[in-house]
Formats: sequence, structure tokens, C-alpha cells
Amino acid sequence: MIILNINGKEQSLDVADDMPILWALRDFAHLTGTKFGCGMAQCGACTVHLDGQAIRSCITPISAAAGKRITTIEEMQNDKVGQVVQAAWQEIDVVQCGYCQSGQIMSATALLTTNQKPTDADIDAAMSGNICRCGTYPRIRAAIHNAASKLA
Amino acid sequence: MNAPLKNTPLNISRRTFIKAGALVVGGLVIAFSIPHAKRFLMPGSAADVAPDAAKDAAKLPTPNAFLRIGTDNTITVMLAHSEMGQSIWTTLPMLIAEELDADWSKIKVEHASAAPEYGHTAYGIQITGGSSTTWSEFDRYRQAGALTRALLISAAAEKLGVPTDSLKTENGFVISGDNKISYGDLAEAAAKLETPKSVTLKDPKDWKIIGNATKRLDGPEKINGTAIFGQDIQFEGLMTAMVARSPVFGGKLKTFDASATKKIKGVQKVVQVPTGVAVIADNYWAAKTGREALKVDWDLGENASLDSNALFAEYKKLAATTGLIAAKAGDNKTTMAKSERFVEAEYALPYLAHSPMEPLNCAVKIEKDACEIWTGTQMQGTDQAAAAKILGLKPEQVKIHTLFLGGGFGRRANPAADFVSEAVQVAKAAGVPVKTVWSREDDVKGGYYRPMFVHKAKIALDANGMPTAWEHVAVGQSIMLGTPFEAFQIKEGIDATSVEGTADSPYLKSIPNHQVSLHTVKSTVPVLWWRSVGHSHTAFVMESLIDELAHLAKKDPLEYRRALLKDHPRHLAALNLAAEKANWGKPLAKGLFRGIAVHESFGSFVAQIAEVSVDKREVKVHRIISAIDCGLAVNPDSLKAQMESSVSFGLGAALQSEITFKDGMVVQSNFNDYQVMRMGNMPKVEVYIVQSTEKMGGVGEPGLPPVAPAVTNAIFAATGKRIRTLPIGNQLA
Ligand code: FES
Ligand code: FES
Repeated sequence: MIILNINGKEQSLDVADDMPILWALRDFAHLTGTKFGCGMAQCGACTVHLDGQAIRSCITPISAAAGKRITTIEEMQNDKVGQVVQAAWQEIDVVQCGYCQSGQIMSATALLTTNQKPTDADIDAAMSGNICRCGTYPRIRAAIHNAASKLA
Repeated sequence: MNAPLKNTPLNISRRTFIKAGALVVGGLVIAFSIPHAKRFLMPGSAADVAPDAAKDAAKLPTPNAFLRIGTDNTITVMLAHSEMGQSIWTTLPMLIAEELDADWSKIKVEHASAAPEYGHTAYGIQITGGSSTTWSEFDRYRQAGALTRALLISAAAEKLGVPTDSLKTENGFVISGDNKISYGDLAEAAAKLETPKSVTLKDPKDWKIIGNATKRLDGPEKINGTAIFGQDIQFEGLMTAMVARSPVFGGKLKTFDASATKKIKGVQKVVQVPTGVAVIADNYWAAKTGREALKVDWDLGENASLDSNALFAEYKKLAATTGLIAAKAGDNKTTMAKSERFVEAEYALPYLAHSPMEPLNCAVKIEKDACEIWTGTQMQGTDQAAAAKILGLKPEQVKIHTLFLGGGFGRRANPAADFVSEAVQVAKAAGVPVKTVWSREDDVKGGYYRPMFVHKAKIALDANGMPTAWEHVAVGQSIMLGTPFEAFQIKEGIDATSVEGTADSPYLKSIPNHQVSLHTVKSTVPVLWWRSVGHSHTAFVMESLIDELAHLAKKDPLEYRRALLKDHPRHLAALNLAAEKANWGKPLAKGLFRGIAVHESFGSFVAQIAEVSVDKREVKVHRIISAIDCGLAVNPDSLKAQMESSVSFGLGAALQSEITFKDGMVVQSNFNDYQVMRMGNMPKVEVYIVQSTEKMGGVGEPGLPPVAPAVTNAIFAATGKRIRTLPIGNQLA
């Protein structure tokens, strides 16, 4: 049994210590917005925030979350930066299949939380760990700039 | 296939059955049955039992509807096709809403169930593929909208006691002078009326929705994490399974030892299935660790020493000989004997995995005389038939819930129904509802690849540098062989998908002597259509060869193409628009070089110009300027998105993707070594649309084929090195 803070709520889950956060979220907390894409920190689909930092939940064991706050895509509508990012995503009509987009939004939100005016190079650095097989990259870039202009 | 773009009074032919009916919960439902083109019908598929022209429309089950209007004014559009990113979730409702004068904010969308009535209007079975959804549904979905509008008008006329022609419709209302009645308020009365014998579709000049950039209806749920993909299905009692499969294609299970697996917490069962050994557990992590603990002994079979280098050598040997003739004109031999200048070149392309972002998965629940399947599939028709066959059920006893697809690119349209069949086998063997999931490694190693290909060409040039004879040999596996599509796609030994883009090339039409031949290699490596199918290799080869010719002839590559394509106005229109937007012929910033390519596929014509720099032997693609003629652009913004997407998919593959074999096994395993496009190497993509009233083509794939040659032609311009093997990888190092 492990006690976790997920999206501001304390929850106790009966999972082994070494289970990645991803599977605890999806299969035990039933928060399926966080996606599985590779299982080895290669694609970013599983990105969540741990105390506000973007992490790959597929390789981070649940034990690492003890005493910390896990924030997922489901909570972004209540996050000040997350809201702006989601609105920008909607305005630019970024998504295609949508499967990578939870992770993209989590990475973009983490970027904009610490860097309110990212350059293209900053975006490349922060977002290159998030694969989009549909190739929405140009729109993701545009949406991040759009969100940055609204946060300014 | 195409609707004439006029306000044609549409006679509902006697072959088309329409049924308007009442909804149990109140409201109107419009069901259709259009006998399908029989081209791709398969034995045993549900389409076989499609209601034929003699059956009464009244017998149509109303759930097989295209459109429902609720008394609460919601308009639910049922999609006969699957949403996998291409935005059909928005484009098909646009067609209905246009003719219906619907209130766009009241539109809801659902994937239709699997049923013969949802068969592809050209292919017969229920399938999403071939970049065909919009053109193939352009009539059917507009008809559904127009018919519904006619019924609502009749209902309003009756209610108000006025003639129908005194009424108009707007934004979800029937309007009579100052009176307006909402569609929801008319739905029940409309459901009781006879369906009209004919309706008139709108004149294109009156379109308010078609042709306008329209935001995706599935945007919000894909932004807030609530969209449900196959992977996200959960219900009480549903277990997760992972299957250990042979590490070599064609290998067979000898024995297995599950004792360590069974000790893992959460593992419930281990069962043997035709494809291997399935570990069934309470959750993914238990299934994964359980599978890792399995000890399996395989008989690796005849492919145990499969090796890509040896394969390429074998293909190249074959390419030196003539294969089965796919196209032939004039007399190559005599012309070549008289010629002095030639281009002779060999091109090679690897196997490629689709690797959609969402790994494959399929949930199955089997009950007495029934089966329910939840998955993201592009091919409900074959999946349903395959599941029924395994379970000894009738196709209609298998219910398929299509969920959002986390990408398809062809992988989720498999005539062999591989991942669905396997999931059904697992659920059957386990005796409980099971979701079978693939890891990324399973996806990369598990096959159904774009076939590897070798092309060899010898082309003779005349004194003006123009080609006079073209000898072309292609070597590769057939996608269609052994599938139910074989009878339609393979003619005299030639799989049309192996030679599309070569045998029918517009360049060859302008060259009096030419021959294209094909060697079809047999292999147990499973192959499948990969976004743009045969064009994914043929465009690279043809557009590179044309560039080689232009260079040898010392001509501008654009002018050279224009000369050869002078009788192909749609190619020219795309070329000219791209050239204009790219300022072709004007100098570029220092260090940047251009390459150009143009290719027709899926009824659309795309020209692309790549701007590339090569610095310290490192290729950087800065910008891709694309121009497309696809006929009518129903939703120009989703068209642009598809072009961007195709560039990303094609360029990622051209730069770095390959599946290779060593000691019988696939070398690559995950995105660390099966490299795909990422943010950092994605170029700017500009998309321009040729204003066109020509026949409609597709947009999901045609943006892909020209990108690789546009880039390698630019690399040639930059370095003088001709890239003839993909991926580009570190060939410049
Ligand atoms: S699933 Fe975690 S990075 Fe890919
Ligand atoms: S939107 Fe499909 S993978 Fe990104």
C-alpha cells in the first residue's frame, strides 16, 4: 500500500514499489489520460509532473513519488499555465490522432512554467523527447509560442 | 466515384434503400443501405451477406444509421470510417451539416458499429484506408443530410399547414416567415413520414461549410485526456494479456515453462495460443513482468539465419535480370544499342515499421453466441469476419466498438486481422475478458512492415538530354499475395501495389520505349501497406532518377520535369505552384540548397521543394514547400494538417528509419533504435492548395511520397552526392 498525492488528492494504492507511476495511474487510479508509448523514456507519451517537473512516468517507480505531488493531464484545466496551453492547442487545432498530446501538453506546460518566452531552440530542447507520429510538431511549436504570448 | 459539383437532383436509385424511423427515446434516425461495389468483398466477411437490391429497406436494422436527430436537437453523425488522426470525425459531419443546414454546435459524432451497411462505397468491406474516405463518402453523407432536411421540411409543412416550398432551413431550424421550429421539435413527426424519392443537393456556390477551414470536433477531448483509445478500455473483470511471440518470423513454439511467471503477483493465467504464449494478468505491469519471466523454447524454422545484407545482395542479383513485365512500350533494346549516354542506377529501400504512437491492443469479451471487441481498427469488415470464424459465430454476432485510433498509417488495416485474431484467441483460451496489449518492442519487432525494395534502372538519353528508352526492374515482396485482395490487385503475377508509381508513371508515358518489370520475392516476413504503400518507394526512385537525368542533361530539374510532364496538367499545376512559392530559380540564403519532386498518388498530385543544408556532413532540412491538387478541398485546414503529417512521417523514415534482420531477428526494438521524426529535426512545412475543380483525390497519404526525393535531390545539389539508399542515415559521413 502506498499513499500518493495525485492531482491534489491523497490516494492509497495497493501496488508494488517498483511499479512505474504510469501503470499505477492507468491501471490502479484509472486515470487513462496519461499514455503508454514506449516504456523506456523514448517517446514522452507518459509525461506527468512530479512536484511540477516533467518526468517520464513509464520509468519512474511509484516509490519515487512518495511525499510528492503527481499531476496529470486530467488536472491541467486547473493549472494556470496548463489552461493557457490547452487553449492554445485548441486555437491552433494541434491534435491529430491525439495519442501523444497528453504528454506534449505536460511537457509544454512544464517548459512554459519555468520559461515564459521560449525560443525555438528552447522548444526543440524541451520537446524533442516527445514523439508525435502524426507529425503535429509545427503546430505544437506554434501553440507554444501562442501560449507564451498569452502568458507574457 | 466523384460527385459532380453541381446541384444535381439526386434520384434515390432503387438500389439505395433509405429508412427513416423513430428512435425509442424519441427523435429521427436515418438509415441507408447502398449495395456495395463488389470489388473487394471477401468470402465470409459480413459484406457477403449485405442486403442486396431485392431486400426491403424496412428490414434494415435502424441502429445501422448514418444520422440521428434527438428531440433535444442533438444531431449524431455515425462514422462508417475510423478516426485515426486524419480528421474524418469532422469532415464527414461537415458533409451532413452542409446539406442539413444543421447547427454545428449541436453535432455529436460516434464510430458506427461493424455492419454491411457501413461498407466502403467503392471497396465493399468496411475499411478506412487508401486516402479514400472523403471522396468515397462525399455523396453518401451529403445525401443523408439532404434527405433528413427534406423530411424535416415536410414535417414542418404538415404541422404549419403550409406548402413545403414556402419553407427554408437555417442553423437547425425550419423557418416559415417569422415562425421557426427546431429540428428536434420536428424529429418525431419526421420519423413517421415516407422518405422522399429524390432530393436536390446544394449548389456548391451555396456551401457554407464545405470548403471552409473547420476546427476538429475531437480536439477538446484529445487535449484534456478524456478521449478513449483502445488502450484505455477498462471494465470490471477485464484482464490484460501480453503474448510471447517467436523472435523469428515463422518460428514455432516447442515448449514453455511458466512456473516463474505464475509466482508474480497479479498474474492469473498462462495459456498457449496459435501465435505463442499469453500471460494474463490483473494489470499491464504484472503481464509484462510475467512475460519476462517466461521460459520459452522456439523452433526458429527456416528464417533463423535471415540477414538484411544477404537479402539486399539477393535482391540486387535479381534486379540484374528482367522480371514479369508490368509495363512495356516500343523497343528498348534497339534504342539502347544506338544510344551513347545513359543513367544507370540501383536504389534500395529498407523494411519499415508503422509504429503508430499507440501500441496495438484489442479487448475481447466472449459470451454464449456473442462476442464484443473494443479496439482501434481501420478494417472492421475483416476483423469481424476473422473473430466470427475463430469463435464459430456469425459475423453479426460479433460486435466491434471502434475507439479512437492512436495512429494507423495502415498497420491497423490488416487483411489477416492479426492483432484482433490473436486477441480473440487469447480471450477464448483464457475464458475471461482480456485486453491483449503490445509493447513498443512487440510493435517494432512484430512485423507487418513496408516491404524492402530494390530498383534498378538504365535510361538512355538523346542528344538533347531527353530520355528515349527506360529499362526498370523492381524487386520486393508482394503486399497483396495471400490476402483476400489478391484476386483484385494481382494481375498476371504483378501486384499493383508493387509497381504503382513506376508502371503507370507519367514520365514513362512520354518516353516512347520503356519497360518496367517486377520480381516478387516470397518471404515469411509479414508485409503490409505503410502510409502511401508502393508510392513510398517508387516516388523516391522515379523522382531521383529524373533528377539524375536532368543533371546529366545539364538542365534545370524543374524545367526538365515540366518538359516531360507537358501533357499532365495536374502535375504541372502542383509543380508550378510549389516553384512559385519557393521562388525557384532565385538565390537562397548561403548554405541552403533546393531539391524538387512531384508525384501523383491516391488521386492527388503533390509537388514539394525541400530547402536543405549540409553542415559537417550533417543534413538539416529547413523548409518543405508543398503544393497539392486534390480537387475540392473539403476542409482546407485538415488537408494542411495531413500534408504536414505526411512530411513528418516520410521525412523521418527517409532520414533515419529502417528495420533490419540479423540472425533471423529484427535488430531494432524501440524508438531508441527505430528512429523517427522529432521536434528538433522537423522542418517548417508550407502547404499551398491548387484551386481545382478536378476529380477529388485523397489527402492522408499523397504528401508523403515526394518528400524523400525532394530532400535527397537537395542533398545532391548541396554536395554532389546522390543518395540511392534509404535511410539517409550517416551516408554523408
Ligand atoms: S511511454 Fe514513457 S517515454 Fe514513452
Ligand atoms: S497526434 Fe498522433 S501521435 Fe501525436
